[in-house]
Amino acid sequence: MDKEEIEKKYKEWNDRTNSLTKKYPEEGNLKSSWSEDVKRLYTPLDVSDYSEIGFPGEYPYTRGVQNTMYRGKLWTMRQYAGFGTAEESNKRYKYLLEQGQSGLSIAFDLPTQIGYDSDDPHSLGEVGKVGVAIDSLTDMETLFEGIPLDKVSTSMTINSTASVLLAMYIAVGEKQGTKRDKLRGTIQNDILKEYIARGTYIYPPKPSMRIITNIFEFCSKEMPLWNTISVSGYHIREAGADAVQEVAFTLADGIEYVKSAISAGLDPNVFGKRLSFFFASHNNLLEEIAKFRAARRMWAKIMKEKFNVTDPEALKLRFHTQTSGSTLTAQQPENNIVRVTIQALAAVLGGTQSLHTNSMDEALALPTEDSVRTALRTQQIIGYESGVAKTVDPLAGSYYVESLTDEIEKKAFEYIKRIDEIGGMINAIEAGYVQQEISNSAYEYQKEIESKGQIIVGVNEFVMTENNQRVTLKVNDDLEKKQIEKLNKTRSKRDLQLVKNSLNKLREVAKTDGNIMYPIIDAVRVYATIGEISNTLREIFGEYKESVLI
Amino acid sequence: MIRVMISKPGLDGHDRGAKVIARALRDGGMEVIYTGIRQTPEQIVQAAIDEDVDILGISILSGAHMKLIPKILTLLKDKGSNIPIFVGGIIPDEDVNELKKMGVIQVYGPGTRTSEVIEEIKRYFEHANV
Repeated sequence: MDKEEIEKKYKEWNDRTNSLTKKYPEEGNLKSSWSEDVKRLYTPLDVSDYSEIGFPGEYPYTRGVQNTMYRGKLWTMRQYAGFGTAEESNKRYKYLLEQGQSGLSIAFDLPTQIGYDSDDPHSLGEVGKVGVAIDSLTDMETLFEGIPLDKVSTSMTINSTASVLLAMYIAVGEKQGTKRDKLRGTIQNDILKEYIARGTYIYPPKPSMRIITNIFEFCSKEMPLWNTISVSGYHIREAGADAVQEVAFTLADGIEYVKSAISAGLDPNVFGKRLSFFFASHNNLLEEIAKFRAARRMWAKIMKEKFNVTDPEALKLRFHTQTSGSTLTAQQPENNIVRVTIQALAAVLGGTQSLHTNSMDEALALPTEDSVRTALRTQQIIGYESGVAKTVDPLAGSYYVESLTDEIEKKAFEYIKRIDEIGGMINAIEAGYVQQEISNSAYEYQKEIESKGQIIVGVNEFVMTENNQRVTLKVNDDLEKKQIEKLNKTRSKRDLQLVKNSLNKLREVAKTDGNIMYPIIDAVRVYATIGEISNTLREIFGEYKESVLI
Repeated sequence: MIRVMISKPGLDGHDRGAKVIARALRDGGMEVIYTGIRQTPEQIVQAAIDEDVDILGISILSGAHMKLIPKILTLLKDKGSNIPIFVGGIIPDEDVNELKKMGVIQVYGPGTRTSEVIEEIKRYFEHANV
């Protein structure tokens, strides 16, 4: 059938169907997550030229960044974990590795993420809560005890203090006999989304961007296997952004980092290979699949057209996915296993490189070991039983999925243009534009739920009275005390003069335009604490104050 | 008009719930002050007293609630204030009971309708006036 004939037949079909809808009305939520009408039917008329779709491993990478995708090797199953003390987390990591997990993903507690020692007044109540507490190299040595760093790849969710944690990782490697150029892993190191959505910033944007480019520069020379940034849409989405905003704001952040790397003298052809991304996966299966495909195509176009990148490896958007925490319900928590399955499937059908699946009890507390295992098994069932990994990008050519992919790309590029007009992402953040857009989406979504425009099973429909006396994970209460004791022990054993000298050196370098990674490595080696290092930099750089908007 | 302050103590940056509830209370006819994230208990108590609010909402998802909320309650008491407190976030059942014993008037978990919060706050003040 040629195009004209399809058009004619489609119109006839639509007319016939319209007459039917008097008897069988269409109802329910028929809008996309970004509030566009979803058409009744998609046809070849909705699909753009095949050159936009292309072939896997080739520009514009809509169909994936590798030629064979999961036929060669499944995605990396990487569960984000960490809580309490370094000893407890070390045990959990060894358990996960024994269960067949292929890489580590470290969750740090908030004081570690914001550069406070465990005995700082700001740390009250937070020590060891959302991740593991790291005060000094002592804790990092414990965290990786018995885990050979030349064998695992480690992803660290750390941003403002990424330089310090990376330095500690290097120092642990040295003690184990693994040189830094052999270490494999990722630091999140994405400060822009901290101002936008996640909140663990320390310094103002300008010095923060300087620290990040120092890390880029250092790793390009010293750590060729290390991914220096994971540009993260996850937290933007979880804060309330829709799928289009997630892609748009994440790639706009990515553009800002590439710009700063170039201004630091790095070649985007080289640097581009060490960039990775991190997205959320939500319940709307087909939208999410399209989102991943659109993001990949957009990034390739941005790198090629905006930054004149020619090396194909630097055009590829490689990404980690985590299923969505905000979609999990405290009501009927078993239902969350199903949600996670749909979301994980979307990530796999969208071509993710690695995946974290959330546990069913995360709307109640930190996950138990049993629920973490079920989450990991969900990935294994998708990988080994569902058959979706057998061919590359199986949903390509779906009229709807291709149409959604085009639509997300178009709408996200409009946002990126708007951010460009505001003067780039840093300006857009300082003006509160991005935060306001996200907050508006979050509020609209909440209203949709309350009006039942959006049904959440077990929450606003299909509700049951529950007797939920569930077993949840408890973080030991005297943990804070223990951690502080450990910190004091480290403080009393170290050579204070060496610590002072190293911090003075750091202060000097921070004042000039030198690379602060080197003095930070020297400081962690002599057991300077994360608080001491961060406070030294606070003196020089100052602290960021958020613009409070509702 | 009921004056309410929404605050985020501790280091937790998850402010989606705090912002949504702040806006919903405002749309529900209350005067709302939002402190922003990463406030110490001292800052929150001082702001609540300075702003002369009728009620204080605390949003917390990091698990630090059993340290931070008692501290806020103690500081309020020390300053002779009896501003009522409600809490939203991920709070395990046994902690909910514990917090209510300490004097927190209500704890809202995930999935709570904002209209429910608005109604309960209004009802609280109707009864308080009687």
